[in-house]
Amino acid sequence: MDTEQPTTTAVSIDPGPAKVLGPGHDYGTVTDKIGGVVFMPFTKTPRQMFIGFACGFVLVNIFLVAVTWLFIRGVGVWGIRIPIAWGFAIVNFVWWIGIGHAGTLISAILLLLKQDWRTSINRFSEAMTLFAVACAGMFPILHLGRPWLAYWLVPYPNTMWLWPQPRSPLIWDVFAVSTYATVSLLFWFTGLIPDLATMRDKARGPVGRKIYGVLAMGWRGSARHWSRYQKAYLLLAGLSTPLVVSVHSVVSFDFAIAILPGWHTTIFPPYFVAGAIYSGFAMVLSLAIPVRRWYHLEDLITMRHIECMAKVMLGTGLIVAYGYGMEAFIAWYSGNQYERFMYMNRAWLGHYWWTFALLITCNILIPQALWSRRVRMNVGAVFVISLVVNVGMWLERFVIVVTSLERDFLSSSWNRYYPTVWDWATYFGTIGVFLSLMFLFIRGLPAISIFEMREVVHQLTHPEEPSPAHGD
Amino acid sequence: MEIEYTGQSGLYGLMASFDRPEPLLEAAREARAEGYRDMDAYAPMPVEGLAEAVGFRSNSVSRIVFAGGLMGAIGGFGLMWWISVIAYPHIVDGRPLNSWPAYIPITFECMVLIASITAVVGMLALNGLPRPYHPVFNVPQFERASRDQFFLCIEATDPKFDLAATRRFLEHLKPLEVMEVEA
Repeated sequence: MDTEQPTTTAVSIDPGPAKVLGPGHDYGTVTDKIGGVVFMPFTKTPRQMFIGFACGFVLVNIFLVAVTWLFIRGVGVWGIRIPIAWGFAIVNFVWWIGIGHAGTLISAILLLLKQDWRTSINRFSEAMTLFAVACAGMFPILHLGRPWLAYWLVPYPNTMWLWPQPRSPLIWDVFAVSTYATVSLLFWFTGLIPDLATMRDKARGPVGRKIYGVLAMGWRGSARHWSRYQKAYLLLAGLSTPLVVSVHSVVSFDFAIAILPGWHTTIFPPYFVAGAIYSGFAMVLSLAIPVRRWYHLEDLITMRHIECMAKVMLGTGLIVAYGYGMEAFIAWYSGNQYERFMYMNRAWLGHYWWTFALLITCNILIPQALWSRRVRMNVGAVFVISLVVNVGMWLERFVIVVTSLERDFLSSSWNRYYPTVWDWATYFGTIGVFLSLMFLFIRGLPAISIFEMREVVHQLTHPEEPSPAHGD
Repeated sequence: MEIEYTGQSGLYGLMASFDRPEPLLEAAREARAEGYRDMDAYAPMPVEGLAEAVGFRSNSVSRIVFAGGLMGAIGGFGLMWWISVIAYPHIVDGRPLNSWPAYIPITFECMVLIASITAVVGMLALNGLPRPYHPVFNVPQFERASRDQFFLCIEATDPKFDLAATRRFLEHLKPLEVMEVEA
């Protein structure tokens, strides 16, 4: 029994943009390297992890205060006022749920497309999906006004003999988001089962053995089990692929089916889905780049991964740019005075013109730097651009929600929207919830799929055989 | 379901370990050709063709997931139809009560939801998981089955199982080691 399993023997050498795995790895070393992050003693844990978690935790507390105040006083503590009934809550909801989409895209769609570079980042981005959806899901509920009655959204037999309205996109949203959260959790957990067994067998303390043991459910790597497992995993990927497209389409219906100028647009579903993937990849990069450095994972998350993600960001960013272009074109081409006014107001007449200018800068102008290979190969530059895109995608939702609502059909009902300190506290609070959960995840569970990395090792050492793809 | 762990010898079986997937696959095929039927192979990752080599034939996961998806879709559509037509009939937007295109998003979501739950729960149930105890874990080396070693276990319930003969057979496959698995 080898009790002293080395945790840091494999040296971190970035093999560059051609490889998905550094040199000198075998089944054992990838296991030790990834598992070693979890079993690293507290004294050896990178200091940045503690600082990061502390920042996240402070923000969680701010979130708790903000939500408590909201519960005491009601939604009036926020800046929402008629006709701007959807303020930060919906901006943040759409932003968070969009971020989640990259996780499903990486784990499901890239799996079906047999993209070998997905393996090092899929677990990580699935966790990101899960936590982002958790943050997203809180906002519509907090926005209800009486959040303790949130269960009224679900169709259930009740003494009031009332039922939700199935023709409304808002109720589609309830089904879409709850399904998305559940399926993301299932997908993530299913992927974790074999690695939880590895953790169970690697754990030296009795507590760790018990916890991982219970979670691994007695997984023993039987050939029959693997066969069913791969089939189930492949089917989950197949089911998640249309799901991820449907979720953000439904979110966009919340806007597109309303008759408000600036919302009532057929381009919304594809443009929202592209924007979701855009912001999600930005968030994966914003998280993976620092973690890769702190834990010296350069030989597992290589420049190949960073470059591929940068390219996906550039591609989806261009689709988003097309969406903006179409909005402007249709505003003019439709000849509809309300549409034209809305666009003029959004872009330069309104008092929030600068958010639109910033949005174009962050989402369209700055990311064009990624055309250059030198920029894509520069980790620092990619990191900065990913942060810029995160900000830009938040601004996009702000512009769509706020500038459209501020100026509807009747000038007598126009109003201005200003977020309050509680809006900001709730928003930054959820960033804290997200970061804290991410840091706890990296500390407690293997952040890279170990068994799939073993498959990568196998593939690299046997290049002549067909790749051991999932399922058939 | 009562699980029978032991054969006549009081053992669960004999286990051979390998350090790569290819010899394990070869060993499983040879064991099957030799006439052994009750056996299983254990690997730290999926190995193509291994399940077939130990005699696994019918993978019914796809079928139950299809059934789950169908039930989800019918259930989702049915619920929306029943709410709008029977339970709470209201004219909205001048549309007919059974305005079925509006039910499609929820029908789709319910299909995906139930199919996914079926996939995971069904996979675990067919695999007999969760199972807190299994005799293979009695072998100390077996903890490497989740790391870097590959195991073939011929079970004592096999009619052809004979402690000495089976051990001899496994040893000629050139494993790292042959171990007895206590029940």
